[in-house]
Amino acid sequence: MSDAKPAARKIAAPAVNTETEKFWKAAAEGKLLYGWCLACSEAHYYPRSFCPFCFSDRVEWREASGAATVYSYSIMYRSPTGPYTIAFVELAEGPRILTNIVDCDFEKIAVDAAVKLVWKPSDGGTPVPLFTLG
Amino acid sequence: MSIKGKAYVMGAFEHPTREAPDKSTPQLHAECMRGALADAGLTKDDIDGYFCAGDAPGFGALSMADYLGLRKLSHVDSTETGGSSYILHVGHAAEAIAAGKCSVALITLAGKPRTSPPGGGPRGSGGFAAAPEAGFENPYGGSTHNTYGMCAVRHMHEFGTTSEQLAWIKVAASHHAQWNPHAFLKDVVTVEDVVNSPMIATPLHRLDCCVVTDGGGALIVTSPEVARRLNRPRVKVIGAGEAPKGTYGGKVDLTFSGAAWSGPKAFAEAGVTPTDIKYASIYDSFTITVLMQIEDLGFCAKGKGGAFVADGNLISGVGKLPFNTDGGGLCNNHPTNRGGITKVIEAVRQLRGEAHPKVQVKNCDLAIAHGTGGSLGTRHGSATLILERE
Ligand SMILES: [Zn+2]
Repeated sequence: MSDAKPAARKIAAPAVNTETEKFWKAAAEGKLLYGWCLACSEAHYYPRSFCPFCFSDRVEWREASGAATVYSYSIMYRSPTGPYTIAFVELAEGPRILTNIVDCDFEKIAVDAAVKLVWKPSDGGTPVPLFTLG
Repeated sequence: MSIKGKAYVMGAFEHPTREAPDKSTPQLHAECMRGALADAGLTKDDIDGYFCAGDAPGFGALSMADYLGLRKLSHVDSTETGGSSYILHVGHAAEAIAAGKCSVALITLAGKPRTSPPGGGPRGSGGFAAAPEAGFENPYGGSTHNTYGMCAVRHMHEFGTTSEQLAWIKVAASHHAQWNPHAFLKDVVTVEDVVNSPMIATPLHRLDCCVVTDGGGALIVTSPEVARRLNRPRVKVIGAGEAPKGTYGGKVDLTFSGAAWSGPKAFAEAGVTPTDIKYASIYDSFTITVLMQIEDLGFCAKGKGGAFVADGNLISGVGKLPFNTDGGGLCNNHPTNRGGITKVIEAVRQLRGEAHPKVQVKNCDLAIAHGTGGSLGTRHGSATLILERE
């Protein structure tokens, strides 16, 4: 028996299409973008070419501060690569986004806990936005 | 146009197999169709409407209708809302029948995730990889377990729901499954058994999760005219509601399910209320699924589901709301990871008085079948069906 830790979970490369290319280019520069509607002044995520609330196409992409709180989470134990935590976090700018919480004591994760943005390389693709406690 | 009283579920068949390594998926569909036709007392050439969903191999309804030899079809519908599809299909079949588009509708589901796990996503251009959300969700390792886990964590946070309360749902299902010779899990379990079983995705333990089984099911929905000439108890469709729910541009709310929308529509159409219901088939992919749907359908106040399901309240002959008397997805069968059709099948058994005597609800004249498909934690289909014994 080896006492080596299981290999870390590989983060699947995100699917990129012409509508979301700009988001992933910004991600490669460490910038997390969200959608902002100039017509109804609502933030949305995931970003898209129109506003999902008022259907205006007067949308622009803005950079999130990276500050967020945990809306909900689940620590996945049925994993060949060791436990990992999936979560919806609520960005300071409003939208709740699906992500992983990494590099921290999972026991300390709680609803409403403060988290901050970190980036991890995906498997053969662009970095993806994740969060950690603190 | 209301569908109330415009159609009847006259055939229902649940495939007895739970492991089918030696059969093809289309073959299982065919065996389910044969079973439902025999149950109704109809033949293949009576079928003029066909309904299937994402589990149907190949080109969906086209491949399957051709394979099954359905030559008299005047209506097809392959609406795909995950495991809720087949409950929704009953409502759609009733609409089609009411509109005169068909008079004998077949609904089939089958698959073999237990012995031959499926690869890839649903059929269609690109499947899950082309979904608009794909890039923003697929890196994160979302599964049914952990996305439903997030619903449970949030429910516990908002309402104080406990793991022990969730466990009661499995306990009730297991009390029913012990009488079902086909049930995949037949052992009666305790609250302690559930909370002491291995953690899968917090806060859901192994016994909070449904079984993975091969198999399938089929339903026959007919016009009133056809129903009256068949020598079978008549189960009337009196209300149906559907309501997909999503993540809404970042405004995801995990505290409720689409049942909060589909349920009231179905109850309003049927002209009945939750207190009138004698038996409830509630989709049980996980214990939390049942808890949220019971609240959202109005069987108790929002947030009070934990107290409602505790102490055996879902056990037939013991509690106020007998549910999933076949053992449900938690213990009996969850064919092809889509339990919706078995929800309708056991409701039909109850209304006909054909459930196992140990779990048959006395004077069962009004039942609900409700299903969730996709993922409760992200986007899901929701379908509610209200059935009445005539
Ligand atoms: Zn807008």
